[in-house]
Amino acid sequence: MDLLAARWQMAISLGFHIIYASIGIAMPFLMATSYWLYLRNKKKIYLTLTKAWSKGVAIFFAVGAVSGTVLSFELGLLWPKFMEHAGPIIGMPFSWEGTAFFLEAIALGIFLYGWKRVSPYLHWTCGLLVGIAGVTSAFFVICANAWMNSPAGFDWNGGNPINIDPWAAMFNDAALLQGLHMVVAAFQAVGFAVAGLHALLWLRTQFDLHLKATKIAFCFAAIASLAQPIVGDFAAKSVARRQPAKLAAMEAHFETMKRAPLLVGGIPDEATGKTRFGIELPGLLSFLAFGDFDAEVKGLNDIPRKEWPPVAITHYAFQVMVGIGTLLALFSLVGLLFLWRAPKKFESPTLLKVLVACIPLGFIAIESGWVVTEVGRQPWIIYGFMRTSEALTPRPGVIYSLALYALIYALLSVVSVFLLTAQVKSLHKELR
Amino acid sequence: MSFLVDATLVFLAAGILFYVLFGGADFGAGILELFLHRKHADEQRRIISRAMAPVWEANHVWLVLVVVILFVGFPKVYTTVSIFLHLPVMALLMGIVARGCAFTFRHYDTLGGAYYKSYSAAFSLSSVWTAFFIGVTAGATMLGRMDPVGSTFYSAYLASWLNPFCLCMGLFVVCLFAFLAAVYLCGETQSAPAQRILRRQGAFALGGMLAMGVGVFLFGNGPTFPLAQMFFTNRMSQVSFVIATLLLWPLWQGLKNEARSFRVRAIGVCIVTLVLLGWFAVQYPVALRTTVGDITFQAAAAPEATLRALLASLIVGVLIILPALGYLFRVFKWEALKQS
Repeated sequence: MDLLAARWQMAISLGFHIIYASIGIAMPFLMATSYWLYLRNKKKIYLTLTKAWSKGVAIFFAVGAVSGTVLSFELGLLWPKFMEHAGPIIGMPFSWEGTAFFLEAIALGIFLYGWKRVSPYLHWTCGLLVGIAGVTSAFFVICANAWMNSPAGFDWNGGNPINIDPWAAMFNDAALLQGLHMVVAAFQAVGFAVAGLHALLWLRTQFDLHLKATKIAFCFAAIASLAQPIVGDFAAKSVARRQPAKLAAMEAHFETMKRAPLLVGGIPDEATGKTRFGIELPGLLSFLAFGDFDAEVKGLNDIPRKEWPPVAITHYAFQVMVGIGTLLALFSLVGLLFLWRAPKKFESPTLLKVLVACIPLGFIAIESGWVVTEVGRQPWIIYGFMRTSEALTPRPGVIYSLALYALIYALLSVVSVFLLTAQVKSLHKELR
Repeated sequence: MSFLVDATLVFLAAGILFYVLFGGADFGAGILELFLHRKHADEQRRIISRAMAPVWEANHVWLVLVVVILFVGFPKVYTTVSIFLHLPVMALLMGIVARGCAFTFRHYDTLGGAYYKSYSAAFSLSSVWTAFFIGVTAGATMLGRMDPVGSTFYSAYLASWLNPFCLCMGLFVVCLFAFLAAVYLCGETQSAPAQRILRRQGAFALGGMLAMGVGVFLFGNGPTFPLAQMFFTNRMSQVSFVIATLLLWPLWQGLKNEARSFRVRAIGVCIVTLVLLGWFAVQYPVALRTTVGDITFQAAAAPEATLRALLASLIVGVLIILPALGYLFRVFKWEALKQS
């Protein structure tokens, strides 16, 4: 019961934080692009857009920063055993993340309040620096998460780590790909959300600013969406090599076999070890996982029951993520073609309405992706070394803290959306 | 190894000191807002917003640094605090979230009116709340009532911090933060009435600090934790106590004399630094006291390879951060400093 409550609390906290963190990663680049356009051709409209976006950055950065600080404590509150063992091994990226975060806060302070105090190009550099520091922090934090999937840099001596090598732990096998996958996803999700939001506002108000904003955001989103299938493929191959149980759960793949089929859809049944109603594409899983149609893919039935992750959740989440990723990549291709060949058609209401429909998709994909990573790693907190249940706080009453945090995050979400609408209203007042 | 531990502790102590001097003052500004002069309320809020807005995010990061050093360098301390001080730490976190959000939301509130009022209320109340629980948590690490073997609800959740000593510590920190904010803000405004109000608030906060300080020594005097004896037999805390006391006189003069806000600021910073130094001196080399014995930093330290890597990162980090931070303060605080 406490274990479930603690896992839910982490899920809610991380699920909340990742949205704000993604915005913090990608939004400054959009802002800096618009500012660059203003500095180059002095059109006031880009300045207005830059300022409008910078306010969004400020609001989301503040909420993201405090929710991130809370997370660092929450880990200790809920998983003290994990933190005690993991701290010395994997603390290194956290101290680097701290540095990057510090720079981000400083650069943001100068950007938001330094309009008249520093030279335009230095000011622009600060704006860009916010984004660069955001991407860097994301990489460092994900190094730590990747280490939980791919532990390295220590020897396990009867429940205690010895021979610790913090640098090897930080640059573990999963770190680079997982980090890249997430950063690209942030650009994808935020790009589409911002493009969609401004498309919606343009359809309503016809302010030219919104169309410009849509185009900038869409370019970021489209490039990221086209890159993502490639990055994702590398990430999946890395999972296949390191975490066969996770891969099997992602694919609801029960029987070990060569020429394993890729499953699209399907309802896995853990009790019988079978998956019904799925579409099987023969050999494709073997190929995608190992680059060879005849490669053997380990099934769940050859993995001890006690080491199975929850199969259905992992499988569904993976399907949602891949489905959305494919959809967004296709749509990006179409959109980019229009933008390049027939810009007028890009502005057609139909296309813009599709963009509006895409607003939540990227974020849904990010959340599903994290479900795959985290649920798919269960029952381990440090893969192969420490079980999540062993790491749990001995204190009772986690359920109350879960309720409290859920309430706070719900409240924060409502208030930030409310503030965003207020910002849009005041922007429109300014434009009129 | 012992050198590595001490070197890491220098960074930890510096992190705490800077969090108090910078982040603490931001909480203090929120606390002062509870005691606004009716006529000058809007003006004072404006001064606070203008002074805090560009720097508060950066000031907040010192806490992240402290957490990271504890977590990486002294994992045993970190986990013991997060288990046995669960409630005050949780309360502290809630306060941090509420304060940061309320301040940002108020700053970007375009509608004014009722919303502005409720964001302001949330900002001040959460500032008091957070400062209080920072003090409570610090007090509980010293007092030694953390009970790793207890099994009742009281012993598990409350005993460690629900006592007069920790409550006094909490109020002491509230007054200390308010004091810092008042003396800093003196240099951020030229308006005479605002100056007068801030100086009075600073004096009141200082009085509160002294009163609560007496309370801390009175209640922190059990058989297992003779604070006064420990404090006054330690050379460094003796020295810092004497200097801090001597500084009170010029501070008082400065608070009465309208023209000298730079001096007031400098002395305020010195006094707070000395208070913290005294505390560090009493605490060292113990990180936490519990009912079953003390946990020293040495015993709680991470393996050597980790401390080495942490120190290397901290040094490089400082080399990157300090110039940037210096630039930030130069851009936004130089004018105010020159004027004062």
